[in-house]
Amino acid sequence: MQRPPARPVAPGRVAYVNARLLDPASGLDAPGALLTEGAEIADRGPELFKDGVPEGIETVDCGGACLAPGLVDMRVQLREPGEEHKETISTASRAAAIGGVTSMVALPNTEPIVDDVAGVEFVARRAREEKSVKVYTYGAVTRGLEGHELTEMGLLTAYGALGFTDGLKAVADAQVMRRALAYSTIFDTVILQHPEEPSLARGVMNSGALATRLGLSGIPVQAEVIMVERDLRLVEMTGGRYHVSHVSTGAAIEAIRGAKKRGLPVSCDTAPHYFTLNENSVGDYRTFAKVSPPLRSEDDRKAVAEGLADGTIDAIASDHAPQDQDAKRLPFALAEPGIVGLETLLALSLAPVHAGRMGLLELLACLTSRPAAILKGRSGLTRGWPADLVVFDAEKPWTIDPDRFTSKSKNAPFEGHMVQGRVLRTVVDGRPIFVA
Amino acid sequence: MSSSKTPTQNSASGGYPHRHLLGIEGLSQSEIVFLLDEAAEYADLDPHRHGRNALLAGHTVINLFFENSTRTRTSFELAAKRLGADVINMSVAWSSIKKGETLIDTAMTLTAMHPDVLVVRHPDSGAVKLLSEKVDCAVINGGDGAHEHPTQGLLDALTIIRRLGKLEGLKVAVCGDILHSRVARSNIHLLTAMGARVRVIAPPTLMPGRVEELGVEAFTDMREGLAGCDVVMMLRLQTERMQGSYVPSIREYFHFYGLDREKLAHAKPDALVMHPGPMNRGVEIDSELADDIDRSAIREQVEMGVAVRMACLDILTRPLRTGRRR
Repeated sequence: MQRPPARPVAPGRVAYVNARLLDPASGLDAPGALLTEGAEIADRGPELFKDGVPEGIETVDCGGACLAPGLVDMRVQLREPGEEHKETISTASRAAAIGGVTSMVALPNTEPIVDDVAGVEFVARRAREEKSVKVYTYGAVTRGLEGHELTEMGLLTAYGALGFTDGLKAVADAQVMRRALAYSTIFDTVILQHPEEPSLARGVMNSGALATRLGLSGIPVQAEVIMVERDLRLVEMTGGRYHVSHVSTGAAIEAIRGAKKRGLPVSCDTAPHYFTLNENSVGDYRTFAKVSPPLRSEDDRKAVAEGLADGTIDAIASDHAPQDQDAKRLPFALAEPGIVGLETLLALSLAPVHAGRMGLLELLACLTSRPAAILKGRSGLTRGWPADLVVFDAEKPWTIDPDRFTSKSKNAPFEGHMVQGRVLRTVVDGRPIFVA
Repeated sequence: MSSSKTPTQNSASGGYPHRHLLGIEGLSQSEIVFLLDEAAEYADLDPHRHGRNALLAGHTVINLFFENSTRTRTSFELAAKRLGADVINMSVAWSSIKKGETLIDTAMTLTAMHPDVLVVRHPDSGAVKLLSEKVDCAVINGGDGAHEHPTQGLLDALTIIRRLGKLEGLKVAVCGDILHSRVARSNIHLLTAMGARVRVIAPPTLMPGRVEELGVEAFTDMREGLAGCDVVMMLRLQTERMQGSYVPSIREYFHFYGLDREKLAHAKPDALVMHPGPMNRGVEIDSELADDIDRSAIREQVEMGVAVRMACLDILTRPLRTGRRR
């Protein structure tokens, strides 16, 4: 993806040889090599460096590993400014680099909230200082995330906001949502919705037998689909570009599938936990498994996996939501929701590929070209495009140990979870920001 | 959900190999029988004749209540005192906890006071289990949110056994605010584990989702639900839930779900009427019916409460007492 100017001077020429080139945008999946020159991709292809790498070019031997565009994580919470004890742009950037992420987009729900130009500029400046992963931000749809008054969407877009969302809060008022969608068409930006009708979503976990046993208040699946179906009517009415964040239910996916068939400008993403886990992970009041929307039934988990496999779900985002011990070591109802996900995004997302349910290119599209397209960014092994790359071994098995995360917070219900797929090298604008 | 399944090193607690009593769910039938048998022995002791015994002399029981409760706290206090324990009552306004000190801090403070048993009541489901993981003494769940109230389940079972001679095969109706009731959940787990057939009766707004998966039959019509029941267990309906949020009014609730003689006539002729207290007379139960000692076991429930709590305090401190010179 493009980045604001003022990047440091990029290195010279680097040849990545002995790689499996994977480029979802062009459909390329072949052994070959890639050449970067400065911050850009200069060439790539099966024939490149067939007769060896000329002198004066730095060579990286990928050893047969996969070489793909760097991951584009369209939904993270960075907690800076305001909650630096949970995460900072610096720690999140390091975690992202380890995870193979080269671009990430932060939610505006920081303290202060990113609902004005200064907020967007702050994130851009901090990212420049880090000289690491490309960090972007969304702007809030409404001032103070209060759901009433629209923010200066045009100015925020001009300063780099990639889209608009009220973060973990749904834009509940239909009239406000209607106006946000209508107004956003001037700037061709996207409105991202947290899909929960708030009056039905006051519970703390999925409605069902487990919630009943635990004596916890439940959130019915209808909370999600009601909000999505309402919004789809408003999209029809306004023509605004609409994106459903972290879908968790089969019903909502079905509604989105139908809307896409009707040609509406609609997209959606999910997070690995929604196709990896179900509500049973809550087990005995395990607050690390508390997320919003909640982990759902096994049927819904399967529906999310199905939505990914058939292409209805456009993107997988980590939904990285750092929480410290104090926010999680509480009675379940009082604990904050969220799972950290930057470092496990690729490995957890590869599971459907290893299970034979999706092709590797299709899956990578959900992590690169498709989210980039929603945000009007560039992600691909294309000549002249930014050299944002990830080299990974898709097969390598490992066991998740949250205590070893680089992220400042360790809240993940994946302890001891066996996964396959390890990032070997992450490259941003031609420079390695992580080497295993 | 379940009590701690880690057996204690010491086998002195015999048929109850757990360190804590956090809930009925997960206990085996034989463990429940053991608790009830021990409680029955205490129930047979006449407190006026036997007075205090010194079983727990030198031991400390802390009643830690994050929610107001006169009845349960008094019952635990009396049980501990009859066993000769030193009892401390701590009432903590949960609002002040939210402001500063966390539940974990409270647990650490209490651990430093070296109690032998901690009785905890808390408005949030799961909070007592969380606390039990952070302290180094036995913990009894005195009620957590809408989750469990195990000693209430035990005392209800003991009451039924003393009146009707058994649990197995009985048809028991639990009526009222099932959604928010920890008493309902503990009773459902206990009674189903003991082979009783449990029915829950509530308006749909107070019925938890997929409650059938707990092994019960659900009814929204009181008369249908009560048909042929041996025991009718009424639940308390909180005032704030009866004014339009879950049911339209007290009047309407009593009309359809309040227990009166007419509705009770659908149960077996000598069906036992129970209520965990405190009762809202004229809301969930007809006042005169509640006072009918032939039908109502409400007074006996209170008596059994003390016996059950004595048994629980005794059993949970056995490993400690056998390991320590008296």
